[in-house]
Amino acid sequence: MYVRRTLIASAIAMAFAMPAQADNSDDIAAVRKEIEAMRQNYEARIQALEARLKQAEGQAGQATAKADVAEPAAAPPAAANSFNPEIGLILTGHYANLKDVPNRHITGFLPLSPAAVGMNRGFSVDASELSLAADIDPNFRGQANLVYEDGTGATVEEAYFQTLRLGNGFTLKGGRFRSAIGYMNEQHPHAWDFVDNPLMYQVLFGEGYGQDGVQLKWLAPTDLLVEITGELGRGANFPGSDRNQNGAGDATLGLHLGGDVGLSNSWRGGIAYLRTRAEDRAFFGLDPAGTGLTGDFTGRSRTWLADFTWKWAPNGNPRETNFKFQTEWFQRSESGSLACTPCITGPYASEQSGWYAQGIYQFMPMWRLGYRYDRLDRGTARLNGADLGGTIASLADYSPSKHSLMLDWSPSEFSLVRLQYARDKSMAGLDENQIALQYVYSLGAHGAHKY
Amino acid sequence: MTIWVRLFLIALAALPTWAQADVTVFACEPEWGALTQELGGDKAKIFTATSALQDPHRIQARPSLIAKMRQADLVVCTGAELEIGWLPVLLRESGNNRVQPGGPGYFEAARRVNLLERPSRLDRAGGDIHPAGNPHIQGDPRNLLPVADGLAQALSQIDASNTGYYQARLTDFKLRWHGALQKWSQRAARLRGVAVVMQHRDPYLPAWLGVHAVAELEPLPGVEPSAAHLATVLDRLKQTPAKMILRPAYFSPRPSEWLAERAGIPVVELPFSVGGSPAAKDLFGLYDDTLDRMLEAGK
Repeated sequence: MYVRRTLIASAIAMAFAMPAQADNSDDIAAVRKEIEAMRQNYEARIQALEARLKQAEGQAGQATAKADVAEPAAAPPAAANSFNPEIGLILTGHYANLKDVPNRHITGFLPLSPAAVGMNRGFSVDASELSLAADIDPNFRGQANLVYEDGTGATVEEAYFQTLRLGNGFTLKGGRFRSAIGYMNEQHPHAWDFVDNPLMYQVLFGEGYGQDGVQLKWLAPTDLLVEITGELGRGANFPGSDRNQNGAGDATLGLHLGGDVGLSNSWRGGIAYLRTRAEDRAFFGLDPAGTGLTGDFTGRSRTWLADFTWKWAPNGNPRETNFKFQTEWFQRSESGSLACTPCITGPYASEQSGWYAQGIYQFMPMWRLGYRYDRLDRGTARLNGADLGGTIASLADYSPSKHSLMLDWSPSEFSLVRLQYARDKSMAGLDENQIALQYVYSLGAHGAHKY
Repeated sequence: MTIWVRLFLIALAALPTWAQADVTVFACEPEWGALTQELGGDKAKIFTATSALQDPHRIQARPSLIAKMRQADLVVCTGAELEIGWLPVLLRESGNNRVQPGGPGYFEAARRVNLLERPSRLDRAGGDIHPAGNPHIQGDPRNLLPVADGLAQALSQIDASNTGYYQARLTDFKLRWHGALQKWSQRAARLRGVAVVMQHRDPYLPAWLGVHAVAELEPLPGVEPSAAHLATVLDRLKQTPAKMILRPAYFSPRPSEWLAERAGIPVVELPFSVGGSPAAKDLFGLYDDTLDRMLEAGK
């Protein structure tokens, strides 16, 4: 500080001294004198204060005893496993009371390959999720989520690195990760508010859209949250397919905004776009007689997503009561060619959309009540210029919908039990009452959840 | 020509003054926001992420907080895992390299004091326990002295050009704080040995005032008071009566009022942090008001 003052002083002195030679050297001396006086005055004040503080500390020594105003806690003894990553395990399972519906599907939408199966009937354990995460070094953090499930065994759901010190609002992520499009897409099943995910996600991506690739995110230096995300990836997952190629198989772009309204309300909303291609993407359908058929789609797939979330908590304190409203919408257009065994291969084009809206109310600590409405619009789906429903009955023009009501009890942030009732009309001709009871337990380290 | 040289040198001289930008501080809790204000004065631009009416264990990682974290030069938090449910998300989402843990822009108050109640057995069956010890260190105002030392150091490290300014303010603050501690200590003499019931486990306030916590409303730390547990507490109060029930402002008043009515003792709503009551306007007001309220109830 003193060094800088002197610098300023000498620079000022130089500025005036240079052209005018020595004719105002008195002024310089005066300025120097003044600065020196200021410095001494300042130091004297600090010294006086410090002396008084010493005196006070001496007296207070008796008054406050030595008890708790102590030196920093001693460092814990080092052990070889001190650097072990945070390990967490999610245990989840459910009991479901469902009709036995052969070839259950969501009417009007090309199903995922491999076909997504609905909830199991009766008792079953759902995917157990093992997560490992740690800061790798000052610059990177790593995380892996391994999912153990019947049928598929162990799968790598996520395995990525993330930069910590790129700075200027940038974060780079690479590896396998859930895409940042939409709101629920990054959420793992244990963080869902209902036993199953919305019909919209079921037809779009199954559980969620995963990427093998890179993601760059930039946050604007503003009080309003402005977040721009772009991703390039392999694009191997539905609605794309693995194409054994160099370069990027898919690309996403997203914009999110968010902020507070007063003390008690906050929101986040955004739009995202996903562009990918599919090659021989297999599907299973039903012909008008109800017998099975297989086919595949080759072409491009484009999806728009919009999401909006509003949270309310009195005075920003969600501990007693809080409310969350959340809605998402999508529109997907696919064009290319469709082939199936009993039908003629030909040009295919579809434009489909859907949405859901839900409200979750914590009416007292530990207890939440929620309602969700799902709606899909098959829109247009044409093969060789004619409506596809004539050839493939499971893709007929129909508007799937579903009402879900849930009540959950969460005695701590590590445990949750949920009861759900749903009225499901997602398949033409089906009007089913579904009941499910679910548990979600979290062992060990459990990373903080996003908004 | 000469006029340009002159102007250039004047501009050069003024340069360090422009570079003397304020330190933007993200304070997790109001007590640290207030302490930074005491030390940083008008050189610190402070954003306080939570209020005394919010439970610092359970804050939603709201978009507005991420946006503020993005702009911070210094993060001042309690640490000891108090903010584990939300702070790591803000830090990672912010894309801000200045405030990452391990660097000079990240300050944890709990590292500066001796934490009490370090659990000997780490098991979540014991409720919401913190491996490093109980994080509610602001319950004892004496803890603010070492924290202030550390914080002034952190400010000086980030904004070295104002080191003298921060040191002077630190000395001045400590002087006033010692005076206040002495005054509080005299006023609190009457509370020494008084039995109290606490809503949430906090060993620091009893250590400061010499009050004696005979029971907690939470059956285990962080677990909501149940009717069965409240009944046990009521029974225990029949054997060992207490003078008052202490409840931080952010908790629901219902369980403490239920017990107060049956045990015939008053509930004292403690500000818990700066802004937790109308009188707790700054750090001095916080402890003044805490004492006022407890002395009033202990009459």
